[in-house]
Amino acid sequence: MASDAITVPVGQTEARPWVDELHQWLTTVDHKRLGILYIVSSLLFLAVGGVEALIIRIQLMHSHNNFVSPEVFNQMFTMHGTTMIFFVAMPVLFGFANYLVPLMIGARDMAFPRLNAFSFWLSFLGGLLLYFSFVGGSGLYGAGSAPDVGWWSYAPLGARAFSPGHSSDYWTLALLVSGFGSIGTAINIIATILCLRCPGMKLSRMPLLVWMNLVMAGMVLLAITPLSAAQIMLLIDRYLGGHFFDTQAGGSAVLWMHFFWIFGHPEVYILIIPCFAFMSEIIPVFSRKPIFGYPVMVAATVCIAFVSMSVWAHHMFTIGMNSYANSFFTITTMVVGIPTGIKIFNWIGTMWGGRIQFKTAMLFSIGFLFQFLIAGLTGIMLAASPFDWQLSLSYFVVAHFHYVIVGGILFALFGAFYYWYPKMTGRMLSESLGKWHFWLFLIGFHMTFDVMHIPGILGMPRRIYTYEPGRGWDTLNLIVSIGAFIQAIAILVFLANLIISYFKGVRAGNDPWDAWTLEWSMSSPPPAYNFATVPTVESRRPLWDLKHPEDPDSRYE
Amino acid sequence: MSAVTGITPTSFPNPATEWHLPSRGKVAMAGLIIAESAIFTIFVVAYLFYIGKSTTGPTPQEVLETPIFYTICLLSSSLTIHLAAKALERDYRRLFLALLLLTIALGGLFLFGTAQEWHRLIYQRGLTISTNLFGTTYYSLVGLHAFHVTAGLIMLSLAAIFGFIGRVGVDQSGRVAVLSMYWHFVDAVWVVVFTVVYVLGR
Amino acid sequence: MWVLAQAIALLFWSSVAVWASETTSASRHGTNIFAPASTPAKSITNLSVFVLVTTGIIFVVVFALIFYSVFKFRARAKDAGREPAQVYGSTQIELAWTIIPILIVVVLFLATARVIHAIQDAPEPAGAVDVTVIGHQYWWEFRYPKLGIVTANELHIPVSDPGHPTPTFLQLLSADTDHSFWVPELAGKTDLIPNHPNRMWMDPQRTGVFLGQCAQYCGIQHAKMLLRVSVDGPEDFAAWVRAQQKPAVEDAGAIAGRRVFEGNACMNCHRVDGTSADGHFGPDLTHLMSRATIAAGAAENTHDNLRLWIQNPSAIKPGSLMPAMKLSDADLDAVVSYMETLN
Repeated sequence: MASDAITVPVGQTEARPWVDELHQWLTTVDHKRLGILYIVSSLLFLAVGGVEALIIRIQLMHSHNNFVSPEVFNQMFTMHGTTMIFFVAMPVLFGFANYLVPLMIGARDMAFPRLNAFSFWLSFLGGLLLYFSFVGGSGLYGAGSAPDVGWWSYAPLGARAFSPGHSSDYWTLALLVSGFGSIGTAINIIATILCLRCPGMKLSRMPLLVWMNLVMAGMVLLAITPLSAAQIMLLIDRYLGGHFFDTQAGGSAVLWMHFFWIFGHPEVYILIIPCFAFMSEIIPVFSRKPIFGYPVMVAATVCIAFVSMSVWAHHMFTIGMNSYANSFFTITTMVVGIPTGIKIFNWIGTMWGGRIQFKTAMLFSIGFLFQFLIAGLTGIMLAASPFDWQLSLSYFVVAHFHYVIVGGILFALFGAFYYWYPKMTGRMLSESLGKWHFWLFLIGFHMTFDVMHIPGILGMPRRIYTYEPGRGWDTLNLIVSIGAFIQAIAILVFLANLIISYFKGVRAGNDPWDAWTLEWSMSSPPPAYNFATVPTVESRRPLWDLKHPEDPDSRYE
Repeated sequence: MSAVTGITPTSFPNPATEWHLPSRGKVAMAGLIIAESAIFTIFVVAYLFYIGKSTTGPTPQEVLETPIFYTICLLSSSLTIHLAAKALERDYRRLFLALLLLTIALGGLFLFGTAQEWHRLIYQRGLTISTNLFGTTYYSLVGLHAFHVTAGLIMLSLAAIFGFIGRVGVDQSGRVAVLSMYWHFVDAVWVVVFTVVYVLGR
Repeated sequence: MWVLAQAIALLFWSSVAVWASETTSASRHGTNIFAPASTPAKSITNLSVFVLVTTGIIFVVVFALIFYSVFKFRARAKDAGREPAQVYGSTQIELAWTIIPILIVVVLFLATARVIHAIQDAPEPAGAVDVTVIGHQYWWEFRYPKLGIVTANELHIPVSDPGHPTPTFLQLLSADTDHSFWVPELAGKTDLIPNHPNRMWMDPQRTGVFLGQCAQYCGIQHAKMLLRVSVDGPEDFAAWVRAQQKPAVEDAGAIAGRRVFEGNACMNCHRVDGTSADGHFGPDLTHLMSRATIAAGAAENTHDNLRLWIQNPSAIKPGSLMPAMKLSDADLDAVVSYMETLN
């Protein structure tokens, strides 16, 4: 890739042979290239997971539909969930973390570049392994079969007795392998942030994105590992005759649920906290003000990390825990909403009194604020466990978590794409295509996920391949499905934007947004070595200090 | 705009002498230890939860024998590796090697003891991983620990080989310190496993 | 502008919700959680209204703040080149917007905890009906231990007069994987988990048929593990109990079919009380014809469906654990006639 660096030109005079280029990419240990590899591979899996979602939505368009068989449908929702969480959301967030963290702290690369590469390839291999199940799973009729036990693989459904063949094993092994990759990346992020900051960058001067990735990485260490442990236990049950989750031998199906959700709940915070990070970088720049309440934003994030480890059984309110346990998890779940909700106020406080520019990245950020608010409030509804006894396992929950993941995480990610694509490629994404992307996706999103709450209220459970007519669910499901297709079109617009702008986009220059953190101090894309000389920083916004020497931030911190 | 140099303040610490950050090896190993602790915690929780819940088969009281000697071996190996690391810091290479070899021997003895116990349990007492809940949780927990001991022994042996060919000196003492952190972790886990299996579980 | 559009959309969808909740008839009830007919469901609805109002107020306030700030503080042409005042935070404001949510959470929690205890720790009164529910892949087994009744898929319980309550207490067990008993208008759902007995109760205050289905993914035919709860008046319930307690009807005209039933593997799975068929793997068929549906609600209980089901279960419920018996047409017709005598 040619770069626009002024200090040390690294332009190519002739194109490298493609084999060479491919080899460079396959053997790279550069955090920027690995970041891009993570992001591109997650986009591939996004497309696949999206097709799975569309198959689900076509089947559910009306009652007693026959688009796919129950076997296929059950594989679709299992694969859709597993793919989106483990092979789209986690990798894309690791990709952005990989790309941005060393740049924002003034470092040359991550602490362990080879571990970084190893972790990426483990994660990617895990994805390929999961999808190989379509060919190799020894399904019911001898053909391949993807796993069909739901993305939680509840015991004893995941046991040999109820899931013969190997499809479940592909699920288990794929996640175990990519889980180790995630742990490697998390260790790398922590070591990088704690050990490689440039002089002057005390912890209290790090950009919020760096803080939040630090917290996220710490949570990965404590949350992914229980899932790995549970999966090792499942493998022991399936292959060595173990009885961890064998209810016939006195084992406990509930124990699997506890282990899974001790992973599962912190996992969703692992996914959302980096998105808070994006918002905390983008909203200030497009409001032209610093983030409102930096110390509390840090404290609230750390608080969320701790409290989120104590709420897991709100996914288990219906399994028959006693009233004290249900009350405990109700209060902890409501409490974790407080530091989370406060952040929304801090972002509003950032916009307040500012001069808001409605670039595409900011449009997605405002969408995030609105949708994350709603998602948080439906979460409070679900936290009230008696209310949850009705809403759990229904389409209300499906609507809630998609509101967070699509309305929150994906919107924040789109914002991050529009904001940092210029830095990564040296070209701006098209603003007009971006606005088409935004409005189409917004309409499709709300059409699908606002309406989806209603079938849940009307008694529609989740994970059903078809449903009875006369329950009032038909029209609603049709609207939901149409919205899904609108979102698909919007994603196509986005992918087109990514590709077209790479070749035809306006050249970006170092600092197209007039921003304040270190990554904007260098060329777009940055040179391979990042910083020609190691920077020294005085404040949280080193470039603000440079651009406004008469009124630097360092005076106020 | 090229690299940022910022405004040079009058009171800013001189980067060369006053900007100290922790060593990345130690931080990374601490991270790994935290992650591994979580894995072990889950296996310990399963063990504790299933105490007394087996529906058949031999019980811990009937078949377990407390491995005092091998525990002493493993725990003393923590002392020996600590002393080895200290010796290396002062460039006493031969003392370092001797203590390292002693650590490996003690760790190897511990593994031998585990193997011996498992052999007795399987062939004389009929307890396997699939016999009952006790068998499943016992072999998984002790086995997971033994796996980590084995991985540690491999790393220690590599260090010993490098030591023998003269490649380990005072400059490598940081790396040896990181390795010894791992070894201490493995021993600490054994203290927990021992307590849970041989003390609480009976 | 678009933010306003969102507000209008929200109003629209909530009215859709209200409309949807009206689309149920009186005697055959729907599955709307906001149309409760029993005390647990009513307590939940009351709590949920409180929660909805609280979260609704929060939404309106915060949405207004977002809307206002986006509108009022947008960049205008005259601002070009100047930065606004760089405000870093405000301790008082941040304290305020921390304390208020804490208070809201305390209130919500107290309201919730009361309902949790009221529902979960309710004592069982003397007049209660006891039912043991056993979940199977993909059907429901219902046993009334004190009444000596075993049936499947369609539950009959008495209506409960709030003055002299006769609730039904369910014990929930599972024979294989996890299931969940959900009849939205009668109670919140509770899971059926092997090796983990659960308990729930309901006291329906209206007669009629209430619908529901399994809510915990249990395998390939999770979608067709439906529930029908018939809430009967006191006389109807007593009559139903008496009929269910009798052994199977012996109809001399159906002897041929009975021979087919007993000679093939049917009795390995099914029980017909009063005959030698005593299988427990499949539903009890003693009073099959007292049920409105077969295959856990997957099909109406008609002659044609019954015939199709016995001939080839996968035609109605692919993946069901009942094997196709590969009977000849003559045998098939005979056994269907026999089934149709089991009132």
